[in-house]
Amino acid sequence: MNILLAIEGAISQGVLWGLMTLGVYITFKILNFADMTVDGSFALGGAVSAILIVKGMNPWLSLIPAILTGMVAGGITGILHTKIKIPEILAGILTMIALYSINIRIMGQANTSLLGESTVISILNGMIGASTNTLALVIGVIVSIIVIAILYWFFGTEVGSALRATGNNEYMVRALGANTDVMKIIGLMLGNGLVALSGAFVAQSQGYADVGMGQGTIVIGLASIIIGEVVFGNRFNFAYKLAAVVGGSIIYRIIIAVVLQLGMKSTDLKLLTAIIVAFALAMPVVSKKVRYTLCVLLVAFMILVTKQIVPILLIVLALIIVKLISSVICKVFQKDESKQEVKGA
Amino acid sequence: MLKISGVTKTFNAGTINEKKALNGIDLHLKPKDFVTIIGGNGAGKSTMLNMIAGVYNCDTGSIVLSNEDITKQPEHKRAKLLGRVFQDPMRGTAADMEIEENLAMAYRRGKVRGLSWGITKEEKALYVEKLKMLDLGLENRMTSKVGLLSGGQRQALTLLMATLQKPQLLLLDEHTAALDPKTAHKVLSITEHIINEQGLTALMVTHNMKDAIRLGNRLIMMHEGRIIYDVEGEEKKNLKVEDLLKKFETVSNGEFANDRMLLA
Ligand SMILES: Nc1ncnc2c1ncn2[C@@H]1O[C@H](COP(=O)(O)OP(=O)(O)O)[C@@H](O)[C@H]1O
Ligand SMILES: [Mg+2]
Repeated sequence: MNILLAIEGAISQGVLWGLMTLGVYITFKILNFADMTVDGSFALGGAVSAILIVKGMNPWLSLIPAILTGMVAGGITGILHTKIKIPEILAGILTMIALYSINIRIMGQANTSLLGESTVISILNGMIGASTNTLALVIGVIVSIIVIAILYWFFGTEVGSALRATGNNEYMVRALGANTDVMKIIGLMLGNGLVALSGAFVAQSQGYADVGMGQGTIVIGLASIIIGEVVFGNRFNFAYKLAAVVGGSIIYRIIIAVVLQLGMKSTDLKLLTAIIVAFALAMPVVSKKVRYTLCVLLVAFMILVTKQIVPILLIVLALIIVKLISSVICKVFQKDESKQEVKGA
Repeated sequence: MLKISGVTKTFNAGTINEKKALNGIDLHLKPKDFVTIIGGNGAGKSTMLNMIAGVYNCDTGSIVLSNEDITKQPEHKRAKLLGRVFQDPMRGTAADMEIEENLAMAYRRGKVRGLSWGITKEEKALYVEKLKMLDLGLENRMTSKVGLLSGGQRQALTLLMATLQKPQLLLLDEHTAALDPKTAHKVLSITEHIINEQGLTALMVTHNMKDAIRLGNRLIMMHEGRIIYDVEGEEKKNLKVEDLLKKFETVSNGEFANDRMLLA
């Protein structure tokens, strides 16, 4: 069935884009910094990796320069913001715009094809022949586990703690003797390094890098983070939260794949993504009544643009079931904060 | 100990919003001085503390603390010398982090932060001991998020954090003003206890004149960016609230008559 195939592809794409989502999670959620750089650094990672592969570099090795250039891009946004005092959104936009020209310079044109070149996927294919989607999924999962482990370690260190605290309360962090400018720069470098890594993997898996491939990255990242939080809950420990972010990215891709299969125009995707994000951000600030109304409106919108009723309702049902299962699992395992509070008072 | 000489500060200089917040501050503290600071709204009390802490740069003048000229040091550098508690209970702690994580951050004030683990076992035992002293039951809630605590609990925690590494100077800016009277009293007695126990040098802004007289060995009054009154020792002990009110009236021609200080 066509739709199953599409979902399979969506899962592996979701994992590769999940690395990008982790990067956005670091800047947006942990550092509390709305970083627009990512649109540019995603394409930057793809461009650097692709051009180096074409020049003959090992596809795995090409990931390192991709990460490093992404980190430089994030660092520049950080310096524009902290040293030159440019507002964070504008600082990110400046780097992003600059990266558009730079990415074209890197590739010498607007895109670079990897047709016939070796990629991390083709290398693995040579060893254990399987479908491209399966291989991308295997690579994505392994890399995600490694990245989550590293992030879990880093955010537990002294610097990592100071970075988390910076996103929470800058005044306190300065009063306690850490340089919040440096923390922001480190966080932006880390986030954009991951975004560039994701761009490199996506370019290799789709077989080309394109200057426009990063368009809307920040919004897609936010949508995935929010979906992950809604579906898997914002609880347990840090590693669980990071895994939920990747999970959100996978679900986002599945939703997109399904609505496309159901006949939504691909050019309407960005509209749908923007609506999902605006909608999700509205959830915590509006009353319960408005919340339900919005949910119904969103489902109605999806049905309207796809002209399919049953499949959309099935998706909604599936999401509700996943949500219920995850909250049951969490209830079983979590020691409840609110209970703790009553005990202490 | 602390030597502030000729410090001035004008906000928004050259605009219609120009505001001369400090008008030539000279202040000399001896070790273990515990100074209470009073003055009306906008007198420049917070600004003076912020200048010491490095939140703003001095327009003119110098600040020397423990023989170190900190006039031009950035805020995070001089933090190694200073403990700070703010008026707003939200300011001093990170709400989304656990109590023990907040303490671990404070424990590393003035130290280089590296890639070793952010909190160790031995530290946790130390924090339990310290939290017991507050007598708020926080020692049983080490892994609770600070955001779950009440304002008073957060201020007590901030106070503990500010003094976890002994500061050369403790800066308290109306740190009980946002609390209800009972909680304020509790936090104030914890403050007194910690200052006495560690033998700290401290500057405490308060709008409560009784507290200002009762606590500390020295009292200064600020008005329009200047220190207009400075007493210590016996003379301070014998002060009455009425004396302070009279003082206010002479400098302000009665404009303080409806200031919130009267209500305190
Ligand atoms: N960051 C700032 N920008 C502009 N004006 C300020 C700033 N901080 C303080 N002021 C002004 O400086 C004056 C002194 O303020 P402050 O030191 O907060 O007074 P106090 O703490 O004694 O009530 C006030 O007029 C206040 O409006
Ligand atoms: Mg003040």
